[in-house]
Amino acid sequence: MAGAAANSSFLNNLGRIYGIYTGTFVGFVIVIGILEFLGVPDKILGYLFVFLTIGVYALIGWLSRTAEVSEYYVAGRSVPAFYNGMATGADWMSAASFIGMAGSLYFGGYDGLAFVLGWTGGYVLVSILMAPYLRKFGQFTVPDFCGARYGGNAARTLAVIVLITASFVYVVAQINGVGIITARFLGLDYQTACFVGLVGILVCSMLGGMKAVTWTQVAQYIILILAYLIPVVIMSAQVTGVPIPQLMYGQALEKIEALEKTLGVAKSHVAAFSDAKGAFDFKVAINYFALMICLMVGTASLPHILMRYFTTPSVRQARDSVGWSLFFIFLLYFTAPAYAAFAKLEVYQNVIGTSVASLPTWVASWGKPGLALVGACDAANAVQLFPLCTGVTGNGDGILQLSEFRIHPDAIVLATPEIAGLPYVIAGLVAAGGLAAALSTADGLLLAIANALSHDIYYKMIDPEADTKRRLIISRVLLALVAVIAAYVAGTLGAGILFLVSWAFSIAASGLFAALVLGIWWKRAGDSSGVASMLVGYAVCMFFLITTEFYGPALKGMLGDLVTIVKVRGRDVAYIWGINNISVGIFGIPAAFIAQWIGVKMGSEATPEMQTFIDSIRVPTGDVALLPGMAAKD
Amino acid sequence: MSKKLSPDEMKAYWSRTSSLMWTLLVLWLFFGFIVHMFAPQLNGIRILGFPLGFYMAAQGSLIAFVVMCFWNASAQNKIDEEFGVSDE
Repeated sequence: MAGAAANSSFLNNLGRIYGIYTGTFVGFVIVIGILEFLGVPDKILGYLFVFLTIGVYALIGWLSRTAEVSEYYVAGRSVPAFYNGMATGADWMSAASFIGMAGSLYFGGYDGLAFVLGWTGGYVLVSILMAPYLRKFGQFTVPDFCGARYGGNAARTLAVIVLITASFVYVVAQINGVGIITARFLGLDYQTACFVGLVGILVCSMLGGMKAVTWTQVAQYIILILAYLIPVVIMSAQVTGVPIPQLMYGQALEKIEALEKTLGVAKSHVAAFSDAKGAFDFKVAINYFALMICLMVGTASLPHILMRYFTTPSVRQARDSVGWSLFFIFLLYFTAPAYAAFAKLEVYQNVIGTSVASLPTWVASWGKPGLALVGACDAANAVQLFPLCTGVTGNGDGILQLSEFRIHPDAIVLATPEIAGLPYVIAGLVAAGGLAAALSTADGLLLAIANALSHDIYYKMIDPEADTKRRLIISRVLLALVAVIAAYVAGTLGAGILFLVSWAFSIAASGLFAALVLGIWWKRAGDSSGVASMLVGYAVCMFFLITTEFYGPALKGMLGDLVTIVKVRGRDVAYIWGINNISVGIFGIPAAFIAQWIGVKMGSEATPEMQTFIDSIRVPTGDVALLPGMAAKD
Repeated sequence: MSKKLSPDEMKAYWSRTSSLMWTLLVLWLFFGFIVHMFAPQLNGIRILGFPLGFYMAAQGSLIAFVVMCFWNASAQNKIDEEFGVSDE
């Protein structure tokens, strides 16, 4: 077959193809740099970046279109460990990592590192507890595993519900990120921008499913990592003379600490677990570790990540692939604290203390109404120019003080190249990187949702006789539908990125982690114990999430002193034992383990056939001893 | 490819695999949590401008995680080969 031959020649030449691709992209950036030098307006450069990169992703999606089920769901199980690592990196690093994380490090200093640790440490769990066994199990989705392990449709349905809740919350955050970028660089209003971004997402994933998403994600990883590294490397070279930011930002940290003293900042950037006054605060420490647990455990439970390990050719490669995934993720995560440090130094040194009359142009372009991510709040009427200045009264002395400079965390990464006075081409490059990060994650998430609906609900439960063509059409229609709903929600809510993403992790961790881990590692656990685990974990997590977020005062009425009310996101949000409600997984995860344990103690034990099945997925070779009726046809 | 382990071999294989898992889980606990509980104290030590507590959370533990993932893959491969159940 011509298609198969073309496919294998593609797989054999991956290094060359992506090498040429990377070279072309670098050449493209240089050309845009020259255009900028020749005086082409910034707006056109922004358009070039956004549309050319989306065009490339669409082209890859088109070239990888497929009508085969196993290619659509698991990329034909032919993705080598190294490239699956890269694709997982892009799948993993979302708008939250790319746009949000350095922002939270900028403001939180040490406290923000909970995200850096939480989003890397979880891969150790994926590697030792999950990936190789799920790969051996085979089939197509995470609910497939839950259904086969815990006796059928009840477990499958619960897994689908958890998957859809977590992935949907997550995808809304991604479209939010896409909206911010396209609004700034295309000059659209935010709501329209969300829908423009949506088109970019759909062309990649609809035609070729997992196969298209995989090869697009590899391309997106290359762009996002270059875009993240280049500005920090330049800043590091400017500030310290050495272009290795990860090694050199220690110097920036020292300078920041010195400036903190002159500017009167009490809470030091590097101080661990300190409150606003700089004193040790036990609650900050509790929140730090609670968030880390949720993020790490969530990593090992998020279906759009776990399903990437279904695509490798072997169990062995699935294991190697986790190592590569974390390596590629690590490259960005160990740079993020450097990014934040250099950005903060730039602001402390060159923005604070300048005259308001001579502020650079980026302040106005990021601060204008409709985007409102920066505010220079010195003058009495500043709020008319900068909506972000609401509630800040400047002293009107014409000089920008630290307390008068407002910047939204999500703007730090995107605006820093301009803040540092780098050429606009770098700002455009960073925007293209942020777009790649958000699009690649959104692709993976939408695919996970659509596959759960079309494969697990429609094919496995409603119409097992459906033919291939029908299954794939249904999957594509659902994908588009979910995407439009998500874009609508993102456009209307316009919420922040990090807290939505953290919720997604808490939900997945509570609903799926115990059932997946114990399903593999505790042979005796029977069907109903697994169902109980998912049900209780999910219910506890959702209960605390909804009550703390929307019914804070009522919860305080019930629980009294256990609850403190904090005003965030325009609501009275309840913190139980002082724990921020982005870490609600801290209640759901143990609840799920306890529920499963009680289930087994109450007599829910696995049958001998089920135990044979579990043995068969623990060993890389040999057939998977599925129970009757659990096999999925390709 | 399709070698089947006897019940005894399976037991031995799984106990080796489990002890590897527990070893890594303890290391994960150490680098993920325990080190960072001492961050305020570690911050008193400075290397290249980095306070050590900050450095461990920003870089040190991350490097440990990457090494652990690759180490797990290669150690488990060795176990698989020993039992003749490697799938490559």
